[in-house]
Amino acid sequence: MIALIDYGAGNLTSVRKGLAAAGAPLYTPGAPADLADASAVVVPGVGHFSATRALGDPWRAAILERVNAGVPLLGICLGMHWLYEGSEEDSQARGLSLIRGTCSRLPPDRKVPHVGWNTLVAKESTLLKGIANETYVYFAHSYAAPAGTACTAFADHGVRFAAVVECGSVFGVQFHPEKSGSAGIQILKNFVSLAQPR
Amino acid sequence: MLAKRLIACLDVRDGAVVKGINFGGLTNAGDPAILASRYNEEGIDELVVLDVTATIEGRLALAHTVGTVASRLFIPLTVGGGIRSDDDAAAVMDAGADKVSLNSAALADPSILGRLARRYGSQAVVVAIDAKRHADGYAVYARSGRAATDREAVEWAREAESRGAGEILLTSIDRDGTRSGFDCALTAGVSAAVSIPVIASGGAGAFDHFAEVFTAGRADAALAASVFHYSEHAVGELKRYLKERGIPVRI
Repeated sequence: MIALIDYGAGNLTSVRKGLAAAGAPLYTPGAPADLADASAVVVPGVGHFSATRALGDPWRAAILERVNAGVPLLGICLGMHWLYEGSEEDSQARGLSLIRGTCSRLPPDRKVPHVGWNTLVAKESTLLKGIANETYVYFAHSYAAPAGTACTAFADHGVRFAAVVECGSVFGVQFHPEKSGSAGIQILKNFVSLAQPR
Repeated sequence: MLAKRLIACLDVRDGAVVKGINFGGLTNAGDPAILASRYNEEGIDELVVLDVTATIEGRLALAHTVGTVASRLFIPLTVGGGIRSDDDAAAVMDAGADKVSLNSAALADPSILGRLARRYGSQAVVVAIDAKRHADGYAVYARSGRAATDREAVEWAREAESRGAGEILLTSIDRDGTRSGFDCALTAGVSAAVSIPVIASGGAGAFDHFAEVFTAGRADAALAASVFHYSEHAVGELKRYLKERGIPVRI
């Protein structure tokens, strides 16, 4: 079963529906201990980085324990930012530090938030298996991670930023695969296929 | 490169799609779930479901309609019309909407924008502005274009942005249903005044209207209803037309 973490950052209806379409049996753990049986973990989230403060030490420990056991972890949008050390959006909130670097605000020379369909420029990527280069996916965000460490696909909105990151069994996507049409569902399927049956 | 978005609007009354002219004279144009999946296959970038009746009975039906439309759809879905309160917004978000569009309710109590932005994120909060040209600008109207307010379109757009709206759905009352082209002066004026995306609406009748509003009108997205409703393949043909003119679109 794939654990979908609900920490109150936005509505999960669409993520739930997208993962279901990707064939993932899902549950929403009510407490950190419920993560013990997760075959994969998804941290979604929209809105302000401070919302991730709701994921306190017990949640952090439980998720890190799963990661250390080799269980795949996927952060979506705000959930991706949380994989980093932190974000300029709330410098007091700590990320998981699974990936080095911090997220920063997109430059003001383009419209921010960056909303709409933009293209992925991909390198070798597990998540993007079967996805053509320059495929359009749907973004909605004002902050982004640098297109450096662990970045396997970037997008451009006045600056190149990380659209997909992959580091061992840890994955992050800045865009919303659940809102990105058939390409998005394929990306979720690629993640779901990594989950170990337990 | 960020694509210009094409958004199909489903004006829904009592569970059926209708299309009005100047907000009046409604005629039936189809089943919302069937239209939604057709648009999805044609390559539309986004859908808006607008409840044009917004009675109490209709609102209960709306959540059902949203659920049906959303069930097989993996592109952004915005729901508006009759969203009067935080609870109304929660009902359509829970039914599967990704964004709510607020018009009269935001004019009556602008703080609802901030509350919904804190709860769902700004990307989920669209402020719909219905504007009508007057001697020296554009006046904002409430209640589906029936009630004049003392606000100007640009000033209200700026305030809505500062209060937490993530996008502006800007409709020209003068052009709505006329198929004579978007109001590019209105759209460009608002788009230049805010940093959030502006969706142009009202007046789409021909492909060149879209090219015009994406260039001279500085629109980030364009919304239409009848242009897409009555012609199959219109979305794909329009996108190819725009691409040939150097306008970035998702194909």
